[in-house]
Amino acid sequence: MEIVLAIVVGILYTAGVYLMLRRSILKFIIGLIFMSNATNLLVFLSAGLVSGSPVFVDGEKINAEVMADPLPQALVLTAIVIGLGIVVFTLALKYKFFELTGTDDLDQLKKTDN
Amino acid sequence: MITLVALPILIPFVLIIGMLVCRSDKLARWLGPVASGLLLLLTVVLFVFVQKHGVLAIQMGGWEAPFGITLVVDYLSALMLVVSAIILFVIAVYALNFLPDSININRFFIFFFGLAMGMNGAFVTGDVFNLFVWFEVMLMSSFVLITMGRSKDQLEGGIKYLALNLVGSLLFLAGVGLLYGKTGTLNMAHLAEILKNDDQAILMNTSAVLFFIAFGIKAAVFPLYFWLPASYHTPNITISSLFAGLLTKVGVYTFIRFFTLFFVHDPQFWHQILLVVAGFTMVAGGLAAAAHYETRRILSYHIISQIGYMIMGLGIFTPLAIAGAIFFTLHNMIAKTNTFLVSGMINKARGTFELKEIGGLFKESPLTAILFMIPAFALAGVPPISGFFAKFILIKAGIENGNYVITAVAIFTAMLTLYSMIKIWNEAFLKKQPGNGNPGRSYSFSFAEYFPSVLLGIVSILMGIFAMYVFGYTMEAANQLINPDLYIETVLKGIKL
Repeated sequence: MEIVLAIVVGILYTAGVYLMLRRSILKFIIGLIFMSNATNLLVFLSAGLVSGSPVFVDGEKINAEVMADPLPQALVLTAIVIGLGIVVFTLALKYKFFELTGTDDLDQLKKTDN
Repeated sequence: MITLVALPILIPFVLIIGMLVCRSDKLARWLGPVASGLLLLLTVVLFVFVQKHGVLAIQMGGWEAPFGITLVVDYLSALMLVVSAIILFVIAVYALNFLPDSININRFFIFFFGLAMGMNGAFVTGDVFNLFVWFEVMLMSSFVLITMGRSKDQLEGGIKYLALNLVGSLLFLAGVGLLYGKTGTLNMAHLAEILKNDDQAILMNTSAVLFFIAFGIKAAVFPLYFWLPASYHTPNITISSLFAGLLTKVGVYTFIRFFTLFFVHDPQFWHQILLVVAGFTMVAGGLAAAAHYETRRILSYHIISQIGYMIMGLGIFTPLAIAGAIFFTLHNMIAKTNTFLVSGMINKARGTFELKEIGGLFKESPLTAILFMIPAFALAGVPPISGFFAKFILIKAGIENGNYVITAVAIFTAMLTLYSMIKIWNEAFLKKQPGNGNPGRSYSFSFAEYFPSVLLGIVSILMGIFAMYVFGYTMEAANQLINPDLYIETVLKGIKL
């Protein structure tokens, strides 16, 4: 299972990077969502997968040796919430920018560079 | 006494809630400066405690060290807290006079304290994932601040700033994931304890590289700095000054923390990379600053150039060099913010940041000229002011350790710094007002407008005159970093896992 998920992480990163390198701001944001999900999955995988023995569910019965590590799950929850906030802000920023300039083309963003 | 450690985070948090509920501009105008003054007082008290006890640590939520979130204040954190609180206070006062009417001051202070909370959190936390969260808090506030005026340039600069920094955050998080996968802990002290006696520590390089790139983006080092000059000149000068003094230095702080506490397994490789990056950062930033004719752009590139010196100190990695890097960071936060403040004053007097369109300010307002001269001399490294000692320590450490190339680059960059400072001085203050010789408008500053810059100028001079004491503190900080036993001991309380 870990192998499959590891490949999924790789595909998500690839897709994210590809979208980020496109010229459209909207595609950049979608790429960001892909990359952020890939990262979340990577963190989730970091402690290995354990099926069928969640912690804190049926109290004392569970053995600490075999239970799933709850920490990465907690980290991922936090990261998902942060990612959501960031995507919402980015979309709002893109909307405001589009309203003001009428462009979605990253190549038009040259004014502040030099 | 020990709960003091959490207060630099809690005070801004309470203020944010209060300001969200009240939404009174009049209250915000009072609360902003007073509360940041309070924060400054608190950090000084913390510093005194650190002097007495060495390292302060507190376990949040009552969970013992490697399981719960630890807040730790050692010398480095305490010094960074004090100096950033000085800057917060100064900017809060500056905002009262220099923020345009189009920006609601209550909203400004909400995100100002959001940034303060994130930054203080990053300085005091002893947990890697917690550090990520504080970084995000700080970044979100800065995203909002940078786009606050909603002009086309600000949104464009905001998009660039946001894009690169978000990629940096993702790499940071990926690094956290790999780190946890390999060591099973995210507590910094525990990590240091584990990696100290691990012969497979070389495997840490994968996550170390991810952290290096993530912090490199935040600290704006050589190949990763392009978001900074593209965005720092767009927002209102108050916000630019706030960013200039604080944001990149948090990146430098994390660099110093990570690469002294637990990524010490492969010194040859990492120190070499740090030195190369430092050299390129100095020269690239310095040359770009020399090419520009807009005060904010010159100063933005100049921030990058100065980051190189801090990384150089870390790359040489002797106690003296790290003390020099910390001294340089503290001095640079003060002096850099001050140059931005003065460029805001120039803008207020002339209505532009373009050096070609301004001149004759020396005659019109000699005090402004002196106020510019202090941080400019400090940055260039003229003896009685803070910058001289910072550079002197770094160069001495470089020569003692035999890093001649980077030392030569540092000296060469000091010339570039001097050149760009002299350029602003000549163009804005000495040369005659271009055109018909009549500035068109003349502006006399009130005491309240002078005050922030005067205060920072005095701090710069005092840091120079009492350099011995400041150096003593930074040396103490460097010793704690090189021998982290006290840090580990205080956090883990001797727990062996």
